[in-house]
Formats: sequence, structure tokens, C-alpha cells
Amino acid sequence: MIEILQTLDFTPFILSFKLAGLTTIILFMLGMPLAWYLSQTSSKSKPILEAITALPIVLPPSVLGFYILWALSINSPIGAFFEETFGVKLVFNFTGLVIASCFYSLPFMVQPLQSGFESINKNMLEASYISGKSKFTTIIKVALPNIKPAVITAVIVTFAHTVGEFGVVLMVGGSIPGETKVASVAIYEFVEIMDYESAHVYSGIMVLMSFIVLLSVYIFNAKHNQKMGSFR
Amino acid sequence: MIKIDISKKLHGSHGEMQLRVKLNIQDNEFIALSGKSGSGKTTLLRILAGLEDADGAIEVDDEVWLNSKRSLPPQKRRIGFVFQDYALFENMSVLENLLYVVRDRELAERLLEITELRELRNRLPNTLSGGQKQRVSLCRAMMNRPKLLLMDEPLSALDPEMRTKLQREITTLHKEFGTTTIMVSHDASEIYRLASRVVVLDLGSVVGEGIPKDILLKTSGSQKFTFEGELLDIVKVDVIYIAIISIAQQLVEVVVSSEEVRQLEIGQKVSVSTKAFTPVITQ
Repeated sequence: MIEILQTLDFTPFILSFKLAGLTTIILFMLGMPLAWYLSQTSSKSKPILEAITALPIVLPPSVLGFYILWALSINSPIGAFFEETFGVKLVFNFTGLVIASCFYSLPFMVQPLQSGFESINKNMLEASYISGKSKFTTIIKVALPNIKPAVITAVIVTFAHTVGEFGVVLMVGGSIPGETKVASVAIYEFVEIMDYESAHVYSGIMVLMSFIVLLSVYIFNAKHNQKMGSFR
Repeated sequence: MIKIDISKKLHGSHGEMQLRVKLNIQDNEFIALSGKSGSGKTTLLRILAGLEDADGAIEVDDEVWLNSKRSLPPQKRRIGFVFQDYALFENMSVLENLLYVVRDRELAERLLEITELRELRNRLPNTLSGGQKQRVSLCRAMMNRPKLLLMDEPLSALDPEMRTKLQREITTLHKEFGTTTIMVSHDASEIYRLASRVVVLDLGSVVGEGIPKDILLKTSGSQKFTFEGELLDIVKVDVIYIAIISIAQQLVEVVVSSEEVRQLEIGQKVSVSTKAFTPVITQ
């Protein structure tokens, strides 16, 4: 066992975490304005936007992967544009994985933030506007600090969900060691070549890490709720 | 001088109605806005604050807040707003709530002094009582030295004792800063104490306007009655004294002799009663 751990190649894990970290940062910046908009608007387009945002939860990863692959490939206008303008290929490399992950994990960032924003007393936000503060200042200084549990949940779940990604990653990235071969893909390959021992070790590490992440979220939220007195 | 001439279609509990208010407010005036629920009082405040749009015009000292072409956003109107549910920034301490509006430490300290909140300056809002929260909210509303202070039933969630205390503080602040104020209130004694003018709304229209005494005073016939009230004021009229007493939600006037005046104290609980006329039998 110790021998296996010593010879274990950690590259897929590092890749998984790098991918998840980048995806989380990008999604936080893009998802927060979207979540804010959805929480404040009463426009008719809201249900449409909400449905689109939730699509990745329902769709098989292969469907999502297929469309992203098709959209980013050199044969589509988007892929061709990036190739011609920036000389960047978007599929079967790490960049492609990040883009795909952002689509795949979008609802996990937007939904907790949206319900967090919706739970804020509207008068509190209005009090901030009346105090002369812009929407941006209000979001940063008033809204986000008052929905800390939702922010933590959104960030952690997005991160964890991206680490747990498999189908989309495999379709868009393939399995290039050090580039697109993340932990979940590595486990799949171990099983394929019937290296059950390595599969066990890798899987065990995934279970343990996921459990620790989720546990810390729940402990944080319980503590925060006690502090804010929401159980009174 | 604030000139208001606005209209807006509302979907109230009584179906559709038109809110139509034309009102001129002098500087330093303290207006009480009264009327049944659903009459458009809160909406009027929100329109003044820029939180809701409306047709018409609002002008404040020659500055256009609203006309057919533009609507000044709430950020630029320089108003203070006191919400019924306080709406304090829960993530900030009492002092931070005030400084968030304007970084004017001196003013913040002065306001906290007036409202006796200095000891609580570092507490978070959720550790405060309702009365304390509303005082913080009042201080916060004064931080940008507003041209217009709007208060939406600020004291309705508080117990009578706390109400009286806050009414005094509101009076102090109003005297000190001379801020033009509009307050939604249902409480006759509160209106009498604070306001210089009452505007009564019903179904979106102004149905009464005048000094509190004239609007609120409701004299009843010669019924035999006895009830408890609070002595608000004693006014000398020629040779007699008139006691103004708040009973439930109404004000009544009672003629009192000069001996009685000496025994009475303003703010005291009194009971008011009348005896039936002696029946007269004729043949």
C-alpha cells in the first residue's frame, strides 16, 4: 500500500485541482453578476435564462461535451476565430477543459448565489442605494457579506463538482497526460486496463477529499447560522 | 421648498387605483402622512425616494428629481429613509452602518450621542433590541444630511414606552438639523407630538390636509362615557383651559378649570368621563 502511494503519480490530481480552481475563479466572476441579475429582475426573460442556466444539471455530460466540442473545434466559427486570431486551439488541451468546465459547473455557482441574493431583505439594498452607493458597491459591501454561507456553498460546490467531472472532460479534452488527463479520467483508464489496485487508491483519495470538503462546508454553515441567530 | 405633483397607477387590494398627489412642502416642515392601509402612503414615499417610478414631477429647491424626461436615481437625491423593519446592514457594526453612508466620524458620534447609542457603537445589529435598531436606522438616515427625511411607520413595531422615547429623539433631531420630514403614521398622539401638518390619503388621493389638531380631533355627541387617555397638552383659550387628551387613536378636547390645571401634568394618564344629563319630567 505504502509502496503504491510512494510511486503514485499525483499529476492527475494536481490537474484536477488546477482545473477546478481556475473554473471556480472564472465562474465566480461571471456567475455572480448573472445570479444578481436573476435575483433582482422580474423581466419575462428570467425563466428562460434560469432554464438555460440549469440545463447542465439535466443534460447527459456527453451531450454537453459533444456540443462544446463541436462549438470549439476548428470547424465551427468560434473555434476558427480563436485559431485564426490568437493562434489558440480550444479542444484537446487545458484551455478547452476550462471552457467546458465553466459551462458544466455554471448552475452550481449561479443557483446558490441567486437564492442567497434573493433572501436578502430588499430594504437593506435600497438603504444602500439611498445612501448614495452604486449597485457594485452594494453587492460587494452589503449583499455578499450578508450571504456568506451561500457564497461558501457556491464556491465549494463548484470546485468539488468540477473535480468530480468526467464525461465532458473526456469528450473535450481526451486523455493527454499532464494536459487533460484529470483524476477521474485516470481512474477510468486504470479500470479499463484492469489495474484495480491503482483505481482503488485513486478512488479512495477522491472519496476522502470530497468528504472533507463537504464536511467543512456544512460545519461552517452550521457555525455561521448559530452566530447570525437564524435558529432563534 | 419641495413641489410634488405625481400620479401612478397602483394595483392595490381594492383593485386598480390612481395615486394622485399634489403637494408643496416648505423647508423644515414635518409632515405626517396618514390614511388607511393600501391608500398609497408607502408608494408615495418610495416615489419620492426614487425607488419607484411615476408620472409627473418632483422638484426640490429648483433641482429636478423627476419629470417627463428624467428621474434622478436614489443615489443622487440626498434623502434619508427610515424603514419600518430597520433594514440595517447586518454585517456592519452600529458605527460602521453610519460611516458606510458618509465617512464623517464627527457627525456619527454626535448622532449616537443624541440617541444614547454611544455605548453600543461596536455591536452588530442582530444583538440590538427593536428600539435600538430603529435609533441606529434614524441616525444612519441623517448621515448624509438629507434634504428630505422619509420615514415609513418607523415606530409602529415598538412598544408604547419606546415610541415615546423615540418621538422625543425624532423631535430633537428635527430641531437640530431642521430636515424637511415626511413620516407615515397612524398614531394620533404621535402625529400631534411631531407633525406640523397632516396629509390624509385615501385610495390614492389627498382627502384631508391641515394642522394635526384640526384633522385629528373628533368630537363626539353627548354620549355617557368614561375612558383612559394620555394628557398631551393644555391650551389656554380666553378664560378657560382646554386639555387635549389622546384616547386610543383619537384626540379629544376637555374643558378644565384652572384648579384642575394645577393638578395635571402633561404626559399623565387621565380618565375622561361625562355624566348623563338629568332627565326632566314634564306634565
